Amino acid sequence: MRSAIVVFPGSNRERDAARAIRLVGGAEPVFVWHTEVELPPVDLVMLPGGFAHGDYLRAGAIAARSPVMRAVADHAARGGFVLGVCNGFQVLTEARLLPGVLMRNAGLTFICKQVSLRVERPGPFTERYTRRQVLTFPAAHHDGNYQADADTLRRLEGEGRIVFRYTDNPNGSQNDIAGISSAKGNVLGLMPHPENAVEAIHCCTDGLGLFESICAAA
Amino acid sequence: MIRARVTITLKPGVLDPQGKAIEGALGGLGFAGVASARQGKVIDLKLEGSDRQAAEAEVAKMCEALLANTVVERYQIAIVD
Repeated sequence: MRSAIVVFPGSNRERDAARAIRLVGGAEPVFVWHTEVELPPVDLVMLPGGFAHGDYLRAGAIAARSPVMRAVADHAARGGFVLGVCNGFQVLTEARLLPGVLMRNAGLTFICKQVSLRVERPGPFTERYTRRQVLTFPAAHHDGNYQADADTLRRLEGEGRIVFRYTDNPNGSQNDIAGISSAKGNVLGLMPHPENAVEAIHCCTDGLGLFESICAAA
Repeated sequence: MIRARVTITLKPGVLDPQGKAIEGALGGLGFAGVASARQGKVIDLKLEGSDRQAAEAEVAKMCEALLANTVVERYQIAIVD
């Protein structure tokens, strides 16, 4: 699998993402700076976690308007895989590549702990998991409270686009949403960190399945 | 030079945890009459030119493109002078 990892000023999980991709046998990821207007030919574009542009204005807002995001949108429109984790998920919603918005956690605190999430849908990012499997990933976010209007939520539910749901909602997200996909399923936004659940030194290795799935799909 | 003030607030019905915290803190300080608090933001712009109508239209474009997330926020533009 060929992959590119977009780096914004303030990204901080890009090397973790690269490590996870290497661990499942992906080709050496290419880091792409946010001012680039083109992406190399890749199967997967990853938007990593962090605090792009310091979360100024709104989390992900300024990053979503970066020059590179036009190329990311084109890649997604061609059916290429896009994975946005944490801040990357916020960037995807701000770029309107995914619907809804990630607001301040309902409890107002920064959440930094392991969370459980259930695999709701089979798809390119979840093929290696069993349906309804409960996974443990670390979460580290202040703005993970997924909100969308009633029509959007109905559409997401009806089209089976809620890929991961929290088993014990930590942040107030509507419908316990932890991760959603685009209509075609090739774009995934996810709040907890699969790339930080891939080695013995981590809390768990449940994140490997996600990267293995996308490798197999690519 | 034209000065414009953009006020961005959450749409009614959108959960505002920060507003709730402010509401709670005001109650804690003994301000018993606060029925609700909602938090927003203000952005002040200085714009070149003198056409106020054109400036307002331009700021509206800025709001749609970046300043507000119209999924959950709405904006108000005031041309100050």
